[in-house]
Amino acid sequence: MSNGKVTLLEAVNLALHRAMSEDENVIVLGEDVGVNGGVFRATQGLRDSFGFKRVIDSPLAETMLGGIVVGMAAQGLKPVVEIQFMGFIYAAMEHLVSHASRMRNRTRGRITCPMVMRTPMGAGIRAPEHHSESTEALFAHIPGLRVVIPSSPARAYGLLLAAIDDPDPVVFLEPTRLYRMNPQTLVDDGKRLPLDSCFTLREGSDITLISWGASVMETLQAATALAERGVSAEVIDVASIKPLDLDTLEASVRKTGRCVIVHEAPRSCGVGAEIAASLYERVLLDLQAPIQRVTAPDIPPPLYRLELLYMPNVEDILQACDNVLQFS
Amino acid sequence: MPHKVELPYTRFLSPDGQLLGDLPAWADDFNLLTRLYRQMVLTRLFDQKAVALQRTGRIGTYAPTLGQEAIGVAVGSVMHAEDVLIPYYRDTAVQLMRGVRMEEILLYWGGDERGSDFAEPAAAQDFPICVPIATQALHACGVASAFKIRGEHRVAVTTCGDGATSKGDFLEALNVAGAWQLPVVFVVNNNQWAISVPRRIQCGAPTLAQKAIGAGFHGEQVDGNDMLAVYDRVQAALERARHGKGPVLLECLSYRLGDHTTADDATRYRSADEVKQAWLEEPIKRLQRFMVGQGVWDEGREQALISECQGLVQRAVDNFEAAGTQAPESIMDHVYAQWPASLAGQREELLERAARRAGDSSHE
Repeated sequence: MSNGKVTLLEAVNLALHRAMSEDENVIVLGEDVGVNGGVFRATQGLRDSFGFKRVIDSPLAETMLGGIVVGMAAQGLKPVVEIQFMGFIYAAMEHLVSHASRMRNRTRGRITCPMVMRTPMGAGIRAPEHHSESTEALFAHIPGLRVVIPSSPARAYGLLLAAIDDPDPVVFLEPTRLYRMNPQTLVDDGKRLPLDSCFTLREGSDITLISWGASVMETLQAATALAERGVSAEVIDVASIKPLDLDTLEASVRKTGRCVIVHEAPRSCGVGAEIAASLYERVLLDLQAPIQRVTAPDIPPPLYRLELLYMPNVEDILQACDNVLQFS
Repeated sequence: MPHKVELPYTRFLSPDGQLLGDLPAWADDFNLLTRLYRQMVLTRLFDQKAVALQRTGRIGTYAPTLGQEAIGVAVGSVMHAEDVLIPYYRDTAVQLMRGVRMEEILLYWGGDERGSDFAEPAAAQDFPICVPIATQALHACGVASAFKIRGEHRVAVTTCGDGATSKGDFLEALNVAGAWQLPVVFVVNNNQWAISVPRRIQCGAPTLAQKAIGAGFHGEQVDGNDMLAVYDRVQAALERARHGKGPVLLECLSYRLGDHTTADDATRYRSADEVKQAWLEEPIKRLQRFMVGQGVWDEGREQALISECQGLVQRAVDNFEAAGTQAPESIMDHVYAQWPASLAGQREELLERAARRAGDSSHE
């Protein structure tokens, strides 16, 4: 922490410290999370504060991590498991889809699964192959799961605490690109943020810009550029992509009549498609223009020299905004 | 040639019920033997009834446990109430012993959500049967981790078939159980068949029990059709795990006398001769012959037992058939702790759909 400000990464760390000191059932496990403090240092200091029984260096086996937390949670622990990168989460997928997300339903509420699976997501840090994934839509499709993506230190802190409190399984995706950017003043007061709500980051009346994760940064920059041109953009960070707070999105688009959705994930069947379809169902006659999506193309994240081409930038967003604003 | 690993193999009774050597002291308790025998008979009669109910369209697909009753009865007898069972789908025998009601098992396989209630407190922390192969082995390691973290002397007991030992989940479970010395017992029901794939082409290792050796803990084989042997070894395994001496993999050699499920036809892939031979080794007749030879069982007791068990099964069938229909909400109420406000519209839509279809029973 420098100048009293914390990064998103430090906010995650503060929330983990806070949750572990508030509730002895909270445990942290994963690859390299103990002595090493995690490869990004998100779990730094936890081992010293809470001991090896609650901060567990696991064998290198992601399927195991996905399954073992189901058993731990069923016994009343609240495991917070780190998957080192989102590209390695798929080995745990069967346990998320077939067990964690439906244990409550399969036992009529007798056994529950209060667990959090944290993992860094997204491109833009010049990482090796399989370290730049944005596959949140895979998880958002699963009934019984919650999927949460913070885009600021304050939201990382408040949403992670809420995710750990939540009695159901939460996939908590941390935008790697934001880990060490834009430090913010943060009071470590244990205050939770709601898991079922979007966050309106900037109010506006001419166009609604909807995003989540690291793309929120470029979306806010686009809104600033639009303001310089006299266009008033409302910016909403969806934050919880499952379940989706459609009411907030609907109210905004009803007000502005124009909407651009920005996400780093590939377009087809992305969460943007779900949002656009739901908005068309609700506000079709209030729309002044078709909803536009600014996304990655339907390709795997490329090796890093061309990764910026893959990711939407401010100009891409402004281009889409122009299309929407000039539509007639 | 595969590397030869010498592992213990236990059998006390020959297939015709003759004693092959000294019995452990506990086997002098004829009341216990009678209880074990009774539970196997009850399981078989219930199992046969469940298959009959499927054949007449009153329940859906069912996985029979015919011929493998001794394994489940041993596990159910040895486990303490506070232990946790993490079973798979061929575990009717042990589920009945853990307090899962017969009518719940019928409701579950009969497609009714209420079959997952497990209303009996003894089974309150037990897992539902696991359908995806071998995933339960990892859940058991999580349960055992919780016991170990809290310093509790409890054991997580998980079961699976021979095919499941080929899956990564099983091997990752063995690995973490060994690395963390977890109080977990892996009971493998090696019934020789994974649907149509026989044991000999499932795995190149001479035994399945030796997979434990690679994970750094104890594995052994037992005759899973010898009630006395399997009880003895399950008991030893649970004691070992309970006292912090690490996990155990117990491979129980048995035979799947029935089809994989009622949707399977085993005559497509195995011979009548093989099955006929396997019937000579089945566990119920074997224990019965031993008990008759010891002078503690006779035809009169047998008839009384069958009559008693048939009565219990019939009462469960009556309760199952009287259960009525479940409310449409039952498929939504437990998806989340609280149905998310943002999905309220979907809930209303489903209830409207149910109301619209009320009176139209064609989809029931």
